[in-house]
Amino acid sequence: MTEATLEVEAAKDSQPSQPATTVTFAKALNAALADAMESDKTVVMFGEDVGPLGGVFRITDGLTARFGEERCFDTPLAEAGIMGMAVGMAMNGMRPVVEMQFDAFAYPAFEQVVSHVAKMPNRTKGKVKLPLVIRIPYAGGIGGVEHHCDSSESYYAHTPGLTVLAPATVRDAYTMLREAIRFPDPVVFLEPKKLYWSKETVDLEELRESFESSDSPQTVGRAVVARAGTDATLIAYGPSVPTAMAAAAAAAVEGRSLEVIDVRSIVPFDDETVCTSVRRTGRAVVIAEAPGFASVASEIVARIQERCFHSLAAPVKRVTGFDIPYPSPKLEHWFLPSVDRILDAVDELQWDER
Amino acid sequence: MTISTGKPYEGSMENQDRDSQDTGPTAEAYMLPSAQPVRLIDPQGSHVHNDKYPLPDGELLLSSYQKLVVGRRINDQANALVRQGRMAVYPSSHGQEACQVAAAVVLEKQDWLFPTYRDTVAVITRGVDPLEVLTLLRGDWHSGYDPHEHKTATQSTPLATQLLHAVGVAHAAKLKGENTVVLALCGDGATSEGDFHEALNFAAVFHVPVVFLVQNNEYAISVPLKNQSVAPSLAHKAIGYGMPGERVDGNDLAALLSVLGKAVDRARDGGGPALVEAHTYRMQAHTNADDPSRYRSQDDVEKWVPRDPITRMRTYLRQLTVLDDDGEGRIAVAAEDMAATLRNGLNTEPEVNPEDLFNFVFTEKTSQLREQSAMLREELIRDAALETVEP
Repeated sequence: MTEATLEVEAAKDSQPSQPATTVTFAKALNAALADAMESDKTVVMFGEDVGPLGGVFRITDGLTARFGEERCFDTPLAEAGIMGMAVGMAMNGMRPVVEMQFDAFAYPAFEQVVSHVAKMPNRTKGKVKLPLVIRIPYAGGIGGVEHHCDSSESYYAHTPGLTVLAPATVRDAYTMLREAIRFPDPVVFLEPKKLYWSKETVDLEELRESFESSDSPQTVGRAVVARAGTDATLIAYGPSVPTAMAAAAAAAVEGRSLEVIDVRSIVPFDDETVCTSVRRTGRAVVIAEAPGFASVASEIVARIQERCFHSLAAPVKRVTGFDIPYPSPKLEHWFLPSVDRILDAVDELQWDER
Repeated sequence: MTISTGKPYEGSMENQDRDSQDTGPTAEAYMLPSAQPVRLIDPQGSHVHNDKYPLPDGELLLSSYQKLVVGRRINDQANALVRQGRMAVYPSSHGQEACQVAAAVVLEKQDWLFPTYRDTVAVITRGVDPLEVLTLLRGDWHSGYDPHEHKTATQSTPLATQLLHAVGVAHAAKLKGENTVVLALCGDGATSEGDFHEALNFAAVFHVPVVFLVQNNEYAISVPLKNQSVAPSLAHKAIGYGMPGERVDGNDLAALLSVLGKAVDRARDGGGPALVEAHTYRMQAHTNADDPSRYRSQDDVEKWVPRDPITRMRTYLRQLTVLDDDGEGRIAVAAEDMAATLRNGLNTEPEVNPEDLFNFVFTEKTSQLREQSAMLREELIRDAALETVEP
């Protein structure tokens, strides 16, 4: 799928919302941005093609028309510039939300993210806060060409000072983006591209009221049990959650009850929810698209082994991308974690010895 | 191509109407710098007339001269404190004090200054507590002052990254309707960085009130300017972004005050950003860890001694009779007071709190940081217990 066809696909789904209706992930993000800009005048949205076009995925659709060019605007094509300007605007009382057009196009901004976004509050002993959000359409599964499908979460998660979120459901897309924008610290907000067109029946108005009626975060630092089960725990986030859910559904047909944990907040990581589940089931598989070596999946496995060792009936397995550059479209399905690969990993969790 | 800067910036994009038949001033007429660096006081201490840049009044020159002398004393004292082991490192601006002082003096209280690691004198001149400024270089914390209190950003160690922050502060100020100008400092080496380019381009496209001051001291650690750029001058780069560029004798305090003052006034009046290149020289090593004999000769350094910023200003002010022996005495006392403040402050050892390591990473500690903080606290308690037992 080319960028142009991606745009068309996304455009099809950018229609106005109605209460308790079918809403796409993309629309939920768009509504979250609009509601945040409506409720807080210091929220500004900028990046490449986010103005009149509405972003290549249409996540910012209609924001410039509604809020004006001062509050949702296109920048020169320079990611470090976007990021560095966001730092300065946050220093001077704004809440910038920036869009990095694609995961791998965010790398020019990496120095700004690592050296300043992540460190400024610590450098100044909290005197300078940076309440900004870095939105990144990320990960694969959409047939994108090279540089459009990277799973870059480990780079950010490894950098102290960054809060790293990855929603997997339409509801979380809305609520987590609102929470990210209201958060006092910088947030890297990873939007799984392949889920932009996923749909749920959602009342966006109810989500808005629910979010605005509470000051405390409901999703930051809190994993969620996406499917209850008893035999083993699948742990996933972002684009891998639907795959894990499908694997659990398939396993149920075969008589195996798998619990699915949606991590959703990579940093801060919710050890408690993950470990409570694994201690109960005694078996775990961690699923992520990123290459497994030195990855978030590795970290989750390490944390489980440290905390749940005596409850484990088998070593914790990983189903991740291979340790290779992201493949081209015709090859990507061999790379991505699949239902079969997850079920194979579950089968290897030493069931006979129990 | 549309210029999507938001129409509140309308009317300020004088260089965008490329099809216009108007015969107004060409871009070259006001964006290219002067043929030679602007100089108002020559190295011999004589006034050089300049139609475009008037000489600042005697009162401003005298008060700025005092800051110049104090600035030199800060550099010399800080170097001594490094030799005595009281500070980890000090990148000296010895010889560049005119740039340091002018950068601070041309700003109003509500304006912002974005300094680099070599701009300690500018930060102190801006009014930040000297001991808070030196927190970074004595190794107590990465920055010791509240940037919001004095509208002075932390001293940037990565090159040119802070220029984009300056653009962001100015952009926010513009959106909020604040009467704020931002002055951002960098060196000649930093002009090679991508962030320099992006910052100037963003500043010009968004037409925000930032004055970029490049202190061209001819060296980026060991690498001379000819290896950084073969542009006619660094100030010439401005026209490529659609903003005016100017170059100035960086050892001439009067010229710096006049050129920077004009750029700041223009930015405040909605004229947009400007680039100023100050020609100066790094008289000392990059830091105490550097050995300049490996890349430049002492003869080259000696050539700059007669161009010293203090000597020429002193000569001029004595001629003007606004500076006399009494005045020089008072200034010397002020400089010694500053040196004593630095010595006394740095000869005491402030307590550093290990638990602070975890206190500012996030507004609220993650459970992981709470665990690690508790671990360190236990180690500290154990160590303290051992210390009380051992003697």
